[in-house]
Amino acid sequence: MSSNRHVVIIGNGIAGITCARQLRKLDESLRITVISGESKYFFSRTALMYVFMGHMKFEHTQPYENWFWEKNRIELKEAWVKSIDFTAKTLLFKSGENLSYDELVIATGSKPNKFGWPGEDLQGVQGLYSKQDLELMEKNTQSGVERAVIVGGGLIGIEMAEMLAYKKIPVTFLVREAGFWNNILPKEESELVSRHMREHHIDLRLKEELDEIISDPNARVKAIRTKSGEEIQCQFVGLTAGVTPNIDFLRNTELEVNRGVKVDFGFQTNIPNVYSIGDCAEFHEAPAADRKQVEQVWYTGRMHGETLGYILAGKEVTYQPGIWFNSAKFLDIEYQTYGTVPAQWDSENVKSFYWEHAGGKVAFRMLMDKQNKIIGVNNFGFRLRHEFFDQAIKEKWDGAKVISQLDKANFDPEFFAPYYIEIQKAFKDQFGGNVKVSKKSFIQKLFGASV
Amino acid sequence: MKMIQIVGIGLFLIGLAVFTVMPFLGDYTLTEEQVLANTKDIHQEKMAEILTPMYGDTYSSNFSFLSAYNENFNEYNEALKAESKWDEVIWDDYSFPLAQSSLSSSVRDNPWLFFGLSIGLAVLGGLMYNLPKYQDEPAGVKNNGIFHSSMKNRGWMGMITGAYLILFYIILYWFPAYIVNQVWMVTPLSMILSGNPASQWFLYGTIYTLAIIVMGVRMFRKYRGNKYQQLRTASVMFFQTAFAFLIPEILVLLNQPYFDFKNIWPLDYDFFYDYQIDTFLSSGGVGLFMLIWGILLIVIGVPTFTYFFGKRWYCSWVCGCGGLAETLGDPYRQLSDKSLKAWKYERVIIHSVLVLAVLMTALTIANYFSGFALLGNVTNQLHSFYGFAIGSVFAGVVGTGFYPFMGNRVWCRFGCPLAAYLGLVQRFKSRFRITTNGGQCISCGNCSTHCEMGIDVRWYAQRGQEIVRSSCVGCGVCSSVCPRGVLKLENGSTENRINEMPIIIGNDSIKINA
Ligand SMILES: Cc1cc2nc3c(=O)[nH]c(=O)nc-3n(C[C@H](O)[C@H](O)[C@H](O)COP(=O)(O)OP(=O)(O)OC[C@H]3O[C@@H](n4cnc5c(N)ncnc54)[C@H](O)[C@@H]3O)c2cc1C
Ligand code: SF4
Ligand code: SF4
Repeated sequence: MSSNRHVVIIGNGIAGITCARQLRKLDESLRITVISGESKYFFSRTALMYVFMGHMKFEHTQPYENWFWEKNRIELKEAWVKSIDFTAKTLLFKSGENLSYDELVIATGSKPNKFGWPGEDLQGVQGLYSKQDLELMEKNTQSGVERAVIVGGGLIGIEMAEMLAYKKIPVTFLVREAGFWNNILPKEESELVSRHMREHHIDLRLKEELDEIISDPNARVKAIRTKSGEEIQCQFVGLTAGVTPNIDFLRNTELEVNRGVKVDFGFQTNIPNVYSIGDCAEFHEAPAADRKQVEQVWYTGRMHGETLGYILAGKEVTYQPGIWFNSAKFLDIEYQTYGTVPAQWDSENVKSFYWEHAGGKVAFRMLMDKQNKIIGVNNFGFRLRHEFFDQAIKEKWDGAKVISQLDKANFDPEFFAPYYIEIQKAFKDQFGGNVKVSKKSFIQKLFGASV
Repeated sequence: MKMIQIVGIGLFLIGLAVFTVMPFLGDYTLTEEQVLANTKDIHQEKMAEILTPMYGDTYSSNFSFLSAYNENFNEYNEALKAESKWDEVIWDDYSFPLAQSSLSSSVRDNPWLFFGLSIGLAVLGGLMYNLPKYQDEPAGVKNNGIFHSSMKNRGWMGMITGAYLILFYIILYWFPAYIVNQVWMVTPLSMILSGNPASQWFLYGTIYTLAIIVMGVRMFRKYRGNKYQQLRTASVMFFQTAFAFLIPEILVLLNQPYFDFKNIWPLDYDFFYDYQIDTFLSSGGVGLFMLIWGILLIVIGVPTFTYFFGKRWYCSWVCGCGGLAETLGDPYRQLSDKSLKAWKYERVIIHSVLVLAVLMTALTIANYFSGFALLGNVTNQLHSFYGFAIGSVFAGVVGTGFYPFMGNRVWCRFGCPLAAYLGLVQRFKSRFRITTNGGQCISCGNCSTHCEMGIDVRWYAQRGQEIVRSSCVGCGVCSSVCPRGVLKLENGSTENRINEMPIIIGNDSIKINA
């Protein structure tokens, strides 16, 4: 490979930027250009809500200062790519300019799902994905919104509800399923989150679907109708029923696409020297039994970028994700998960241990196989150590061993209530066996730490 | 906002207004007896003569009184200066005691009434505003609207607050004669505590302590459900009230030297000044204990505690400057500059102050033992330069006055020589670090935004690195505001404390040969 070749990355999200940084670390000489139409500088999409709520300014969402890119010779181009000429290895921009590449990385992320609902393009109806969406939402909620309706119960939906609550706008939340996020969360966890949403005065409607969005004379939303026939007056509708790869401009070209851009475990598409990573990539087959072909989370985008950086630098590696982990925050309740905890399991082969604090906001679940080996954990309202569970799950620790060492896994700040002791006691009661229950430390006793 | 909070703000503003108009009350009539009673023996005669034109006249404001005073006083001094008769010039400033004794005002007559109407109402109002905060919300991160607030995001309210604070510090340090009314107001309190009349420093100490208490209550509300934040807030409230405010006054009541047992050189920059040493040495066992205690803190206390717990044991659990920053200053923490450039300035400035403080102290001690033979005058000039530039301008005017412009830790970050010392230990020999939780960071930036020391916490967190920085005061707010549970302040093994992770955990594609 010639070392002055030009690597062009479309998309400056976590996937594209990680790839560029990693590549630059491994290769001093090649030319790197990152393109995005959304914003010149990389920002953290996950922080959009905090800008809306005044926790941060937009500039705070940018993980690197502006000088960083020049210093690392990563060229930035703020423009929309209209089409790609794969034979001439050239990009055509909306502005009419061209740019040629030797190697191309497609990291164009996602866009909010729209299911063809009547009225989905009215004013006051929107999704939340981009910087522009954030600005639109600020405009849409500036005044005159007496109620908002959110459609689709995922993570972005609950973030949107929290944002609207900041503006003191009452929210009705329509969720098609029988429990909030219950395609991912087991019943108890889903109920815990639902309770907390209601504590925040969110009008959560389970098993309720959007039928149509009703317009006022000025093409603005004035109400919605649900499938059960109820009409809800509202001046804002948030559409958060999932996201889909943002690759419309690549359809009907020689590039092989399905939901996303089809790639192998080297992120190679069907066209040589063209790669795809992040939200918009779709593996031919799932990378592991508990994984999906399209992985649309921050962490996987980062791992894709990291790995492709190595590949483009000429190292022989293939994508091999480790133990799954994820996190989210439901209003005030933090959630982390390590390993595999599906919404449902067959109780023949899988044992579940669940503990919930009497206050109903702190919970822990551990799934084990038939031999009591740990498969995965969910934790709510307290923090657990990634490294600990990465090791325990990889090495298939016995459930009792995991629980006995839970004090070491605890990641809550000092002086916080030692929930792990209660969890150890509960586990011992339920499963017996060789479980060591931690003692309160001197400091914990001194400050009367109680659960 | 609840009704009670609105009333609270109203009361606070009334209290503030009363406090602010107080300097304009009353009139001033100077007599010869007052001059004799308030000047040093060597100046009595001269001063009584210089001020003769003022006797018996009643001045209706501090401005007219002080301008008449200055006119007479300067006339005398200028003439001598013109003739280069330097040893006859009166260098002492008597404006404060003379203004104080010549004042007759309703405040002087009814100190407790005015205390209640100003400080009392402000404290009551502040508590009424703070106590009901977040009452009907679940516990959680309470950062809503910070950057939409004119107070907390350098809007007009922030500007006015900053200007008021700066003005207050300038008057306090250099023009105390203008606030003798307020000093009279706290005199009865001072009499109770120390048996002595109040100075402007007692006034300052009273306000300072009450500010920490009222705004400490705000911290309890804001961080409901967060034991770390609550405990360290309670700790600074305690150390300020007991160690910085009450105990020194009570020591004076018991005829012992005024001493703050938790103030450590070089923050306490005059600890080794000749008059301090003389005080310690002439106060028997107690004085000697204070001297030894102070030295032990410097050579053993700081390194040991910092080794085990990081500099936080002092900066965000004990220190008075830190105490004010963490309570009164908390609403402004997000205004610190996070740029790499600011970090560079920080390192140069704070270590320069440390070097200056050490040199000055070394010279002072050398002088002391050589019987002031060596560079006596240079030392004095150094003392007054340091006292003015670092002690007053940097630590006071900029340190607190700039809260609403540059965040609440300007002094602690750029100026405090003790912080520099603690920081060196923390960086190179300590068990403290902030642990990053594997790969869980989503680069959202809450941690960096709300770090009062301007540390770009995210820079480390998003690459799975532990955060080991000399400036981190361990306030724990980065950990509190992180929405993904990524950060934990920990004391642990010193091995691998500074880790460069080639790959973040969770990705097995790349094998690292360890
Ligand atoms: C509000 C919100 C909160 C989230 N919170 C979390 C979370 O807490 N945890 C988590 O794991 N995940 C979260 N996610 C998902 C996560 O942000 C995404 O998985 C991740 O950002 C995807 O990164 P990416 O690099 O693949 O794509 P993106 O970040 O979408 O970047 C793609 C970029 O390419 C640009 N682009 C696309 N097409 C073109 C074109 N034709 N020409 C030029 N530029 C183009 C886009 O404008 C965009 O800037 C959240 C997402 C949202 C919207
Ligand atoms: S890094 Fe965290 S603990 Fe340290 S000063 Fe900043 S916010 Fe406080
Ligand atoms: S607040 Fe937490 S998730 Fe956000 S950037 Fe900091 S460490 Fe990462």
